[in-house]
Amino acid sequence: MEALTTLRSRTVVLPIRDIDTDQIIPARFLTTTTREGLGEALFQDLRFDRDGAERAEFPLNDPASRDCEILVAGNNFGCGSSREHAPWALLDYGFKAVISTEFADIFRNNSLKNGLLPIIVDKDTHEWLMANPGVELCVDVEASRLQLPDGRVVEYPIDAFARYCLTQGIDQLGYLLQHSDAIATFEETRSWKP
Amino acid sequence: MAVPNDRTLFEKVWAEHVVVPETAETPAVLYIDLHLVHEVTTPQAFSLLRERGLAVRRPDLTLATMDHSTPTTPVTSFRDLAVVGESAANQIRQMEENCRDFGIDLYGFGSDRRGIVHVIGPELGASQPGKTIVCGDSHTSTHGAFGALAFGIGTTEVGHVLATQCLLQRKPKSLAVNVSGRLPVGVTAKDVILAIIGEIGVDGGTGHVIEYRGDAIRALDMESRMTICNMSIEAGARAGLVGPDNTTIEYLAGRPRVPQGVAWDTAVNRWRSLCSDDDARFDKSVSIDAGALQPMVTFGTNPGMVVGVNDPVPDAPDASFRKALEYMKVTPGKPMSENPVDVVFVGSCTNGRLSDLQQAAGILEGRKVADGVRMLVVPGSQQVKRQAEELGLHRVFVEAGAEWRESGCSMCLGMNGDTVPSGQLSVSTSNRNFEGRQGIGARTVLASPATAAASAVMGRVTDPRTLT
Ligand code: SF4
Repeated sequence: MEALTTLRSRTVVLPIRDIDTDQIIPARFLTTTTREGLGEALFQDLRFDRDGAERAEFPLNDPASRDCEILVAGNNFGCGSSREHAPWALLDYGFKAVISTEFADIFRNNSLKNGLLPIIVDKDTHEWLMANPGVELCVDVEASRLQLPDGRVVEYPIDAFARYCLTQGIDQLGYLLQHSDAIATFEETRSWKP
Repeated sequence: MAVPNDRTLFEKVWAEHVVVPETAETPAVLYIDLHLVHEVTTPQAFSLLRERGLAVRRPDLTLATMDHSTPTTPVTSFRDLAVVGESAANQIRQMEENCRDFGIDLYGFGSDRRGIVHVIGPELGASQPGKTIVCGDSHTSTHGAFGALAFGIGTTEVGHVLATQCLLQRKPKSLAVNVSGRLPVGVTAKDVILAIIGEIGVDGGTGHVIEYRGDAIRALDMESRMTICNMSIEAGARAGLVGPDNTTIEYLAGRPRVPQGVAWDTAVNRWRSLCSDDDARFDKSVSIDAGALQPMVTFGTNPGMVVGVNDPVPDAPDASFRKALEYMKVTPGKPMSENPVDVVFVGSCTNGRLSDLQQAAGILEGRKVADGVRMLVVPGSQQVKRQAEELGLHRVFVEAGAEWRESGCSMCLGMNGDTVPSGQLSVSTSNRNFEGRQGIGARTVLASPATAAASAVMGRVTDPRTLT
């Protein structure tokens, strides 16, 4: 996992609420056995029509938003299936952060474990971002702060451990493996065995 | 130190599995008692183990099956997999290889125990009270019906559990959902959970573990409790559980993977003591009156957009809401029962168990699926299939004009070729009505097996109570 300490990018806004992981990447793309190349399938049925042609009105298809690394989405992003293919697809497409007022638990976990930053903002900030697509934002990941173009600074909540792993590019399996002795002791001493 | 007497069942199960406690800087290391794996969300996790030269720490606490991308037409050899396409066949082949290489029991093709992962765990008796259970699948919450702490995880976490049998977790909050009173005739567990999601919303449970409580829940059999816990995730919750009782213990008795002999008695004693304290403190609570419920159906594109089958579809001055109604081609102010139906699907980990099939068969017996309607009945497991056939249910379905299939996820997510054609309306007993979930452009109405069967007979969304 690549370390993510700061991020500066313009935003692309998806004004849709409750975007579920089936919309982020439909199930028919889940037969893959690797994580690569899923960006092409990102928002497949929203980006393309039945004949495979781009839907001009879909914000990601606006040429001006092609290299945006920050996605601003409506309330409650990432609900539904636990497929990690959702953050894999977002990352592979080029996103590094998603902003919403709320994220589904599993999606948030999956994202943090892959270096995709879920940023939770208050309602006012969210409304402003939704109404002003394409603005440039600065994210200081170490300080958990987001800077708006007018200089306003918004702090966002993030689990301290997740932030540490994100900014250091640490994967959590290594950390868990360090606890092997404690795990073995737990297995031997617990009062009942599964 | 005095034992606190205000703990919830969830907190007790949690506390019993903490290997390393949580601090402000680090999450808890939580031990996992049962890890269920399937073909779609695991290949990348096994690859990681291979890259790092790691073994599976506890293959004995790991169970595998194949359900998501498998065909529901009979499979006798790998050649039959052509129906689902090459990449799905490859995924299935890798699953076999991974299980063989890492020493994991696989209920694969040829096993009469194969089925949807959340159907076979309980069926085998592997899902037990007080256990921590995970799977790379959000509907793992199903196993909470046994008083287990069961939740879905991503593929990276699947790798963590394979390698260490543990997960890094922050403790979620608790939410009590009290369902009191008596369910009216013709109203089922599916209607209860749809009503709950309608009440608290698709994000009402985010960050929480739900405990379903109250006399209406106590009165339910295990399969109904599974239906309810299954859709906890549709309310955004991490997990949902029901305290174990005699119903739980009777269900488990004699199943292949429960403790045997003296160990069974010891386990039962431990299970009986598992409950929330009388003074348990929940972070949030809501109450539902079971007596006031009716058959529920969804009208929009998330499971919170739900309404009584005879009630008018609501309206809201909200772009996402309007977009959903437009996609569904439903009119606010009119009941869902005015909508013609093209496809009916009975199955999935929500409603693919024997009692669900009985519910549907009860309506279909002596009746016919309406002209122009395609009805698919897909048992949740090969065991459910066998039991249904012993009871002659398959004959009821086939005589009514429905298709009777092998087990699998099938049209719940349309990964295996069983899909709803674009624009068609499907009444489905599954759990998600997201845009395109059952196929590109498919319009899904979630409902109980009884409502689904009644809708198949009448050719439009139908209150099953009008057919009994
Ligand atoms: S039946 Fe549907 S919800 Fe259940 S495990 Fe299969 S795909 Fe997931």
